[in-house]
Amino acid sequence: MQHGRLLKKLILLTLGMFAFAFALVPLYDVFCDVTGLNGKPSMEVAKQSESIAQSRQVDVSFTTHSQSQAPFKVDAVEHSVSVQPGKLTDVKFIAKNLSGSERVLQAIPSVSPGKAAKYLHKMACFCFDQQPMKGKEEVEFVLRFYVDTELPSDVEELTLSYTLFDITERVSKQDSDRLSMLAAREEFKYEP
Amino acid sequence: MSAIVEEHSHHTAPKGLKRWLFTTNHKDIGTLYLLFSLTMFLIGGAMAMVIRAELFQPGLQLVDPHFFNQMTTVHGLIMVFGAVMPAFTGLANWMIPMMIGAPDMALPRMNNWSFWILPFAFAILLMSLFLEGGGPAFGWTFYAPLSTTYSNDNTAFFVFAIHIMGISSIMGAINVIVTIVNLRAPGMTWMKLPLFVWTWLITAFLLIAVMPVLAGAVTMVLTDKFFGTSFFDAAGGGDPVMFQHIFWFFGHPEVYIMILPAFGIISTIVPAFSRKKLFGYASMVYATASIALLSFVVWAHHMFTTGMPLAGELFFMYATMLISVPTGVKVFNWVATMWRGAISFEVPMLFAIAFIVLFTIGGFSGLMLAITPADFQYHDTYFVVAHFHYVLVTGAVFSIMAAAYYWLPKWTGHMFDIKLAKFHFWLSLVSVNVLFFPMHFVGLAGMPRRIPDYALQFADFNAIISIGGFAFGLSQLLFVAVVYKCIKGGEQAPGKVWDGAEGLEWKVPSPAPYHTFSTPPEIK
Repeated sequence: MQHGRLLKKLILLTLGMFAFAFALVPLYDVFCDVTGLNGKPSMEVAKQSESIAQSRQVDVSFTTHSQSQAPFKVDAVEHSVSVQPGKLTDVKFIAKNLSGSERVLQAIPSVSPGKAAKYLHKMACFCFDQQPMKGKEEVEFVLRFYVDTELPSDVEELTLSYTLFDITERVSKQDSDRLSMLAAREEFKYEP
Repeated sequence: MSAIVEEHSHHTAPKGLKRWLFTTNHKDIGTLYLLFSLTMFLIGGAMAMVIRAELFQPGLQLVDPHFFNQMTTVHGLIMVFGAVMPAFTGLANWMIPMMIGAPDMALPRMNNWSFWILPFAFAILLMSLFLEGGGPAFGWTFYAPLSTTYSNDNTAFFVFAIHIMGISSIMGAINVIVTIVNLRAPGMTWMKLPLFVWTWLITAFLLIAVMPVLAGAVTMVLTDKFFGTSFFDAAGGGDPVMFQHIFWFFGHPEVYIMILPAFGIISTIVPAFSRKKLFGYASMVYATASIALLSFVVWAHHMFTTGMPLAGELFFMYATMLISVPTGVKVFNWVATMWRGAISFEVPMLFAIAFIVLFTIGGFSGLMLAITPADFQYHDTYFVVAHFHYVLVTGAVFSIMAAAYYWLPKWTGHMFDIKLAKFHFWLSLVSVNVLFFPMHFVGLAGMPRRIPDYALQFADFNAIISIGGFAFGLSQLLFVAVVYKCIKGGEQAPGKVWDGAEGLEWKVPSPAPYHTFSTPPEIK
């Protein structure tokens, strides 16, 4: 048929664009990573800084808020600290499960201004893991971080904001699978 | 070969329901699309009436907020996917083969399918309104997490309906491209194509490029909601803002899908009633192509307030403003075509002139919205509502009305009731401005869109807007009357209905025979 070839190309183009919609998902993250847009900080453990900028002070503030009535309260003991870029700082957070039942907390960090996101390095953060908490339990979390010495000079203060999600239902769905998987692996060890 | 041709030329339309169910004739399918679109226009319009009735006075009186949200959502979906897009596809089906001297669309059986899945899509969407919990209530843009975390389970019906609509438009677009590329009459070179055909060719490519992205977006919403993925859920490592990027990557080209064929219609009608050749044909083609290409790099101007970095806001602001250059070329070309023409004000021309003026108003408010710092004030207010209704109602819908009046005698073989049609035009023109113009002011004063109640200071303007809305809605019943009367009978129309009209469609008798150009015409 004379239309067959063109038709085939157009159908391929359609399928290609459908695939492209899904390719946008990783592309979006890559684009944000490369350009440092979006204020998305890394969720990986950072390496220690090699130098410390003695002559500079940067204010880092901490805020938290619960998403859609997640029953958690997490507060930084010090709401704001003044740090030298490159120097490791520990900040304590008191987290409380406000509900009477066991819930799983997931904190998602975000940095403002967005362009400072890639200059805030976390070496230990409760946001790296899902945090199961018993009913009414109170836990102390430690955030260990430093600000990169390369931080642009016009940034004098930055805010690290945590959004708290209740992911109990999502986890319990996957849990039954995971538990049976863990039981099968005998060498499993729990490292706090 | 000649025997087959002979048999076909004597073949007339079969009778009864089966004619319409199994038809592969481009004229039948065009008629089905147009009647479907008119039905959807009335249903979507009825929902707008519910919205305007609720907003007639401050406070909540007629419907509860959840139902109000369903009305704004489904009104948008129906008007975009059910009224405007099928109307253009119907016009394409009817006119493109006749304009390029082809016997039919290239893929007639697919054509039948692409129409007949459409009623099912909208039946599913409308049915979901009557289910427990109601239909989609998250706005036609179905932003996550509204459509994922905070929606009810009927969202699955919405997703399925959108999938079917998308498949239908993609099939229609593929058909248009294959027809235009392969079936042009000998001698019909690219730069001799009527402008309506050119704009539709470019629109069809836009459809193929972005409808699959919409399908991807609704699929992600579906899996996020029902299958535990987290494309748009921050708690699972996704990003709700990414939804807006994916949606508007579809959404912005989509608005050009709804306006480029309109440009083609206006470029056909204005020369016919100015009795002059279209001014700047080539520049019109290039302007259409540039608008289509630019439409892929402006999407984030819908998202200025999402906390985008400065570099992004500047890029999308300038890219958006750049679109006004080719659009301006078009508007100036239309005006230059009319300049010193022997203009007569028949009904299609009245709608075309109204289009040029009112679409330009919508274009200017769009330019205002493109200014990033100003957009922070306008975002999600009635100013935006005013803007996109000027480009979609007095733009796209008026162009469809103009096209319907222009070709109705060719389709039915009868001249329509001119008096009634002029009455329809003037009532629509006045009421549409009473309806949408004050929205600019309440928007600038801070009235948010998609809210069933408002602060008292907006009460008078909203009453005026609602009165304009009811008047505009009722005026469209006149259009239905004109079309009905015209199908039933009327003065016999000649083959060349309008003395200044040009194009192959006027070389066949009125009504256009069931089969036209079974042997290709000669193009000089």
